[in-house]
Amino acid sequence: MRGKKPYFVMIVVVLLTIISFFISLNTGYIKIDWLDIFKVLVGAGTEQNQLILIDFRLPRIIIALLIGAGLAISGAILQSITQNELADPSILGIHSGAGLAVVLFIYFLRNTTLSLQPYSIFIMPFVALVGALLAACIIYLLAWKNGLAPARLLLVGIGINAAFGAALIIFQLRMHPNDFMQATVWLSGDIQGTSWTYVVSLLPWIVILIPYVIYKARFLNIFLLGDQVAIGLGINLEQERTKLLFVSVALAGACVAVGGGIAFLGLIVPHLTKALVGSNHHVSLPNMALIGALLLLISDAIARSILAPSEIPVGLVVSCIGAPYFIYLLVRQ
Amino acid sequence: MNANKNNIQIANRTAVGSTTLIVGIILLILSMTFSIIHGAVDIELSTIWESLTQFNPDLTTHQIIYELRLPRVLAAALVGAFLAISGVIMQGITQNPLASPSIMGVSAGAAFMIAIAFAFFSTISQMGLMIWAFIGAGFGAGLVFLIGQLSKTGLSPVKLALAGTAISTFLQSLSTALAIHFDVARDISFWFAGGIAGTRWISIQIMIPVALIGISLALFISRSLTMLSFGEELAIGLGQRTKLVKTTAIIVVLLLTGSAVAVAGTIGFIGLVIPHITRFLVGLDYRWIIPCSAILGALLLVLADLGARMINPPFETPVGAITALVGVPFFLFLARSDRRGL
Repeated sequence: MRGKKPYFVMIVVVLLTIISFFISLNTGYIKIDWLDIFKVLVGAGTEQNQLILIDFRLPRIIIALLIGAGLAISGAILQSITQNELADPSILGIHSGAGLAVVLFIYFLRNTTLSLQPYSIFIMPFVALVGALLAACIIYLLAWKNGLAPARLLLVGIGINAAFGAALIIFQLRMHPNDFMQATVWLSGDIQGTSWTYVVSLLPWIVILIPYVIYKARFLNIFLLGDQVAIGLGINLEQERTKLLFVSVALAGACVAVGGGIAFLGLIVPHLTKALVGSNHHVSLPNMALIGALLLLISDAIARSILAPSEIPVGLVVSCIGAPYFIYLLVRQ
Repeated sequence: MNANKNNIQIANRTAVGSTTLIVGIILLILSMTFSIIHGAVDIELSTIWESLTQFNPDLTTHQIIYELRLPRVLAAALVGAFLAISGVIMQGITQNPLASPSIMGVSAGAAFMIAIAFAFFSTISQMGLMIWAFIGAGFGAGLVFLIGQLSKTGLSPVKLALAGTAISTFLQSLSTALAIHFDVARDISFWFAGGIAGTRWISIQIMIPVALIGISLALFISRSLTMLSFGEELAIGLGQRTKLVKTTAIIVVLLLTGSAVAVAGTIGFIGLVIPHITRFLVGLDYRWIIPCSAILGALLLVLADLGARMINPPFETPVGAITALVGVPFFLFLARSDRRGL
């Protein structure tokens, strides 16, 4: 599966992203004139417009782009190293680990002085990241047995996921109704309370890890051919697999920490991209990052406007857009 | 020599299968009895017998047994058996060790309809909710099956699993969006986690005909399922009408899971874990796997329900959480062992 005009796809996606970027800037409860948006961008807007665009909407848009790219690449790595089309960051327990950590945090520590500290906006993402990494470590350790067989990794991941999910529901049902709602919204995937601090803390993960994965694209291609072929080609299989797995976990963990449990993006974007540009990872990985970013940007704009003035979690929109298209691909094949 | 060896093996399988079945039934009866005895009011063993043979509506203990504990424990056993059989059949026809009823969109479909019911008809009765859930289960599975049919190359295992995952995620997202918008997320979660706590005889009356039809259909196609589980081509080569078998199998799964979800909400892991455990114990012959998994599934859910009541009385822990916490270590053990029975 070579060709299929990868650069053409890339250009179209970038153009669409730019258009969506501007539409998204103007999506929200307060409508702002296009001319005023332009004024703000060149630094001559009114104070109110400046506040809305620069401090509220822009960081949110950038975070959506970053998370979209990160989750897509994370999913692509997992699908390649497990050789399973159903793999998704949530299968590795990232979502349920982060979710359980957040639910425990809300349940036990919400009303303590900890949430009043100046650095409190970092606590929730930090808790989520720790939960995600812990879950991934547990799964890795339990799946390790003279190496990391793909099937075992998936099975162990599903098991641990179910265990965390069970513990999660026990605590969630004992919560105060308001806390319950907060937890539900977080678990559905939500990028509401964003600020430039989040952008700054998420950016390094994406900017460092995604190019690293593209640099390692060769290995992702080879893993798809099976363990035998990979060993035959003289690759240190376990070492490369562990490295890439770690990158995948780090990417998904960082994204989930900021964006909550946005599921399905890591599953569908690799499939969509491969249908457009073929399955060579050298070409498909950059496209995946772009398409993931575009998809999440559009979903976020919809999440903000469809039931305005109230918002729905963006993760729900992702699934509602992604699933039908995914099914269409499935039927057409 | 070789044939002789095979015979011995088959004889062993029969012995193992019947032992599993008999031991399972004994354990099931014991745990059901214990489950009836144990509770906020502890009841004497002899009282249970009395209430069954000469029911006296004036005695509170008889009322408790007859109205609360007996329907509950029966529902636990039936739901456990239903979910286990559905899981076995799903894994057999898709040849996918990860397939489970929830992958067919059944649970998500039920959840979707329940969300609609809670959002728009908030005064609905418990019976009404059950019917909605059953319709939803059918709707979810129907969608998945339809997509399988639309696809030109047919219903390949991976395709079925992918379609199921996509439909499930789609329906779940819609129901969460509804739940958040109408502020009924908590009610829905409680309904789903509520499990078999409030079961009445009416649910049992619905489940018994379903059990008779579903289980006998499952046993009827069990031989064909064995062949199908070795691969579609092999089954066709052996003269099986795979389309007919698959359709029957899907109807059975739909009946069993639909009524299980309608009565007890989502109870995960039984449909995923019990099939693996059963294959590990009795081998690959579905004539043994189906009855054994039914008994083991019933046993697991009765014990889990007992645990749900005992962990933190007087509060009940969600039974689905217990089944997962019990099932997971066993599942991990299986995942790590090389004889995975896949």
